[in-house]
Amino acid sequence: MATAHSRSAARLMMSPAVILLLGWMIVPLSMTIYFSFLRYNLLSPGTEAWTGFDNYRYFLTDPAFFDALGNTLVLVLGVLVITVIGGILLGLLLDQPFFGQGIVRILVIAPFFVMPTVSALVWKNMFMNPVNGLFAYLATAVGLEPFDFLSHAPLASIILIVSWQWLPFATLILLTALQSLDQEQLEAAEMDGAGPVNRFTFIMLPHLGRAITVVILIQTIFLLSVFAEILVTTNGGPGTATTNLTYLVYVQSLLQFDVGGGSAGGIVAVILANIVAIFLMRMIGKNLDA
Amino acid sequence: MARAVSNRRKLIVTLIAWTIGLAIFFPILWTFLTSFKTEAEAIASPPSLFLFDWTTENYAEVQSRSNYSLHFANSVIISLGSTLLGLLIAIPAAWSMAFVPGKHTKDILMWMLSTKMLPPVGVLIPIYLMFRDTGLLDTRMGLVLVLTLINLPIIVWMLYTYFKEIPVDILEAARMDGATLWSEIIYVLTPMAVPGIASTLLLNVILAWNEAFWTLNLTAAKAAPLTAFIASYSSPEGLFYAKLSAASTMAIAPILILGWFSQKQLVRGLTFGAVK
Repeated sequence: MATAHSRSAARLMMSPAVILLLGWMIVPLSMTIYFSFLRYNLLSPGTEAWTGFDNYRYFLTDPAFFDALGNTLVLVLGVLVITVIGGILLGLLLDQPFFGQGIVRILVIAPFFVMPTVSALVWKNMFMNPVNGLFAYLATAVGLEPFDFLSHAPLASIILIVSWQWLPFATLILLTALQSLDQEQLEAAEMDGAGPVNRFTFIMLPHLGRAITVVILIQTIFLLSVFAEILVTTNGGPGTATTNLTYLVYVQSLLQFDVGGGSAGGIVAVILANIVAIFLMRMIGKNLDA
Repeated sequence: MARAVSNRRKLIVTLIAWTIGLAIFFPILWTFLTSFKTEAEAIASPPSLFLFDWTTENYAEVQSRSNYSLHFANSVIISLGSTLLGLLIAIPAAWSMAFVPGKHTKDILMWMLSTKMLPPVGVLIPIYLMFRDTGLLDTRMGLVLVLTLINLPIIVWMLYTYFKEIPVDILEAARMDGATLWSEIIYVLTPMAVPGIASTLLLNVILAWNEAFWTLNLTAAKAAPLTAFIASYSSPEGLFYAKLSAASTMAIAPILILGWFSQKQLVRGLTFGAVK
């Protein structure tokens, strides 16, 4: 029973949030678009000039861009595969009855609450360091050469660190979805002679489909922007081995002070993220009607 | 009908689950233990798990060397400040969307969500330059503003999904009994909304505490919260594992505890209500 009066009151209550977000979205983004068409370096102020699509041409033909694009894809896909498969397995495990369920659940989700700089530095130094790390000790203990993770498999190491942070998220969401599964349906299937594999493939997996999609899409949004983990472990190196798109734009704009080139890179990142976002929005939009 | 589970099976699952759980938790446990070792013991080979001389000197050292409490205070102020400011802006908005939905409410909600998908590097340069020109670089104020804006969509969404669950019938009953808009808000809605607001607050404090893009790019010595302070250990001098561990333990402990309380809200908040 909304009256005209309450409607205008509602609009008034909504406006601060809408206006602020609109400003946050439009003002800096249009500045980035504008900068991306300028030759603009912070080290030589006053020499800004219109260059059309030059920045895009340089950015998109820079070999570092293709490295960064490839690294971004490998990082996102690698973490997704590990966390989704790991999350399903862990979700299935934690859904079983066992002693101390609550405590194990708490242990499993803990890494999600660790700030990125802490987890990256702890893994880098205390585990992956080839001299003093725990992995090096374990390797020598069984007679192997210690492996220098961040020099010889830098991207894989970062995938491992980021997966450790995101596995809890995937597990928690998939576990929540599993727990909403109708037990009677499972029992009925069991009585009809469906084995564990069939029960998983034909009942659980379809039920999980939606949660898996949500996990993939939301993680992708965050994983496209992985930054701190790279900054404190490898600085994007060796070479460009661990430079993702986010890190490349950061290097270009805040380390090389190339505002024009960095802005063009930023816009490329925005476009890529939008492609993912469209799918996510559709998913969530559907849920809103339900 | 409860499923009959054999004790044997339950024991096996218990064993596997605890092993995996402890393995996943191990880096945190190891950090905690290392923080009580001396620097020499921290890199000792073979490493010892519990049998070492426990010392708290790292905690004192971290504070005296680097003014740890300043960065801790920055984290508290920035995460709480941005969350409270966000709630102040979001509560009226979510409220009106949930109770007086218009034709475009759904579009507005979806659009708000879409702002969250904007990658931060897309706006890094303008924000950096604006902050530089207005003197907001390396200030708590500046970070509070940015974090408020980046978390505002999540706050609005979470509140909206909670407010949606408050039955409208109760409001109408109150109105029939002659409640004014204000008494309706204070006596009827607020008590039912408090749990939702509390969970929103909790999750957003966690997100803001751990935010590590803007905090790293927009702060230096003065306003750096713990995320940025810990990052300074990426180029350390001398032995530092025990000190890194002490600094890390203090940085993650409060949020770990808050996080464990907010498990359920986490799912809901981070999936924008798509999974409950």
